[in-house]
Amino acid sequence: MPDQTYNDDVNSETGAYNYAYLDEQTKRMIRRAILKAVAVPGYQVPFGGREMPLPYGWGTGGIQVTAAIIGRDDTLKVIDQGADDTTNAVSIRRFFAKVADVATTTRTEEATVIQTRHRVPETPLKDGQILVFQVPIPEPLRMLEPRETETRTLHALSEYGVMQVSLYESIARFGRISKAYNYPVLVNGRYMMSPSPIPKFDNPKLDRNPALQLYGAGREKRIYAVPPYTPVKSLDFDDHPFEIEKWEQACAYCGSKHSFLDEMIVDDDGQRLFVCSDTDYCQERQETQRQSEQKK
Amino acid sequence: MLRVSGLQKSFVMHAQGDLALPVLKDVALEVRPGECLALVGPSGAGKSTLLRSLYGNYRPQSGSIQVRHREDWVELVAAEPRVVLDVRRHTMGFVSQFLRVIPRVGAVDVVAEPMLRRGASPEEARHKAEFLLGVLGIPERLWALPPATFSGGEQQRVNIARSLITDYPILLLDEPTASLDIANRDGVIDLIRQRREQGAAIVGIFHDIAVREALATRLHDVALPGVQA
Amino acid sequence: MSGPLLSAKGVTKRFGGRIACQGVSFELWPGEVLGVVGESGSGKTTLLNCLAGRLMPDEGIVSYETKSMGTVDVHRLSEARRRLLARTEWGFVNQDAREGLRMGVSAGANIGERLMAIGARHYGNIREVASDWMERVELDIERLDDRPTAYSGGMRQRLQIARNLVSEPRLVFMDEPTGGLDVSVQARLLDLLRGLVDRFHLSAVLVTHDLGVARLLTHRLMVMQGGRVVEEGLTDQVLDDPQDAYTQMLVASILPV
Repeated sequence: MPDQTYNDDVNSETGAYNYAYLDEQTKRMIRRAILKAVAVPGYQVPFGGREMPLPYGWGTGGIQVTAAIIGRDDTLKVIDQGADDTTNAVSIRRFFAKVADVATTTRTEEATVIQTRHRVPETPLKDGQILVFQVPIPEPLRMLEPRETETRTLHALSEYGVMQVSLYESIARFGRISKAYNYPVLVNGRYMMSPSPIPKFDNPKLDRNPALQLYGAGREKRIYAVPPYTPVKSLDFDDHPFEIEKWEQACAYCGSKHSFLDEMIVDDDGQRLFVCSDTDYCQERQETQRQSEQKK
Repeated sequence: MLRVSGLQKSFVMHAQGDLALPVLKDVALEVRPGECLALVGPSGAGKSTLLRSLYGNYRPQSGSIQVRHREDWVELVAAEPRVVLDVRRHTMGFVSQFLRVIPRVGAVDVVAEPMLRRGASPEEARHKAEFLLGVLGIPERLWALPPATFSGGEQQRVNIARSLITDYPILLLDEPTASLDIANRDGVIDLIRQRREQGAAIVGIFHDIAVREALATRLHDVALPGVQA
Repeated sequence: MSGPLLSAKGVTKRFGGRIACQGVSFELWPGEVLGVVGESGSGKTTLLNCLAGRLMPDEGIVSYETKSMGTVDVHRLSEARRRLLARTEWGFVNQDAREGLRMGVSAGANIGERLMAIGARHYGNIREVASDWMERVELDIERLDDRPTAYSGGMRQRLQIARNLVSEPRLVFMDEPTGGLDVSVQARLLDLLRGLVDRFHLSAVLVTHDLGVARLLTHRLMVMQGGRVVEEGLTDQVLDDPQDAYTQMLVASILPV
């Protein structure tokens, strides 16, 4: 519950924060960047990132995007590697509850804005929802071409051969494309994009998703977007097609065989448990199972 | 096939204070198919210079060298390089006195090259090359070896084979039998005479009188100006 | 093909007050290998870079007859088109192979890159084409997955050549392709280049300071001194009957062996 007063007045001198922490001009600037990003799917739009109350590497990009779009009628969900209850997810959720006076939830279905670090929720998203990704390195070609001047040219000229070369090299060395997360995609048939370090398991969820996807990189100061129902294709070779991970095990809690599982070492003997990474999804399934048990 | 008029050539040695050495002055001659014109004259008179000028290897200062090429007359003096290259590829062959040895290429490939350049298949070219080398007495064991290690006579025969593998309408020969013994010399004479009888127009320098008498239909004295019969 | 493949008119390039090359004009026809010889500082490398679209000349025009888009002014093309041209119809062999290779990826990836850049998406096919080219440049196909860091200088140069030729370019620019290599390595590389030029009917502009390389590889020669072309003609004619004082001096300077 908010225990500090707030107001919308840009010129406030009380020391209270503006709504959603950022001043109106900043939010306006970020929204303009977001509009540009939505207009050119997958294209990295530079923006004037502000100093946030947490350091780079902790989600400042995602927070700035969320701050720019959130309103009192929204319901916010924040997840970190799929979990609502990690320290970071909790503190970001509390932050917005405080500065934006906004309802929060752990239920994917109830959220209007979902800020996420490194996962896409298992529960399918709907038209009207917004997924905000926290992005460390927005440039998909960065590891192959360190020069920003050159990567900008490559994007402008659609010269993506170098990424294909890197996938070739992976097959030559390991027999398969070994990239397991941050797997490069082509958005709307034009721009190559880094989907942030989500596991490649989640890549198919990006394709023609009914929700709006926004990506914010705070340290690199870039915003990019994938509008709803936009084609997003993971790169591959015709004879080495894109494949997602599969587990032999099912989730130890809910029995799911179709969600992304985290492997947890539970004791000093090396006992393992495979558990859904998406805590909400897992709890939902467990709840449903409990209810059907009770009905019996 | 070949018409020369008013050909002028001097060498200017810039390192020797621009010393000019005139060699060819107002040279004129004509060669028709089936003729073999032997260039005669004292040493240093310009026989080799004239021959090389005809091939485009030396650059005359003025004059005209016309060659019947692809059904038309082509002027070679001051011509575009690609014109001369085309003439050399299809119409005019040159047998120099020394084989310019391209290292590491086997004799049979050296001989086959001009035919390959004209678009023949590797098998065809190789076959003909081997035939010619055989006719010229180059032992089979040498065919795959680069001619760099051959004797002068063997190199010369490789050179001749190379120039005869394609049917050049015009052949320029600079002492083709110079390093050959009599047996090989006669073999070469036969080949060249055959070519002449097939209609080639030949201009040659033959120091060996026997060779000259066997092949030449006319003589041209380089030391004397003007057209000669 | 009705006209020259590449033509230069009055190409001039200055660096500040210093003239690097001046008023260079020529026409290169299909199938010709044009050598540009000169000593250090003659402007030959600057000229090559102007021709290949890497440097913008201060004056003059470089025109190229494309496969399907007619004749274009190389420097008026959009950067996108020029880069595309450089990756498909042209090749550029650098003196230092490292500048023309990706040292961090395998030989196969290096050769396959041009194919992937124009949309090749079948790993097996790309690998096969790359292997074919390894063979053509006489590299051991067992080393297809090795990186060029594990190759010798001569091998890297062969790899650079393969990387360029895989897109079957019509025009190859070469800057001292055998420079800095051991003599025996150089010799074999020259043989390879001769063979490839013949076999694939390549046209090329070859910059070298070595007249022996010129004699072996080129049909025509341009001699440059102080940024200007002082003599040009058929290679054998320029070397056997040099007219210009500077050319005569160059030819006379070759050490006999």
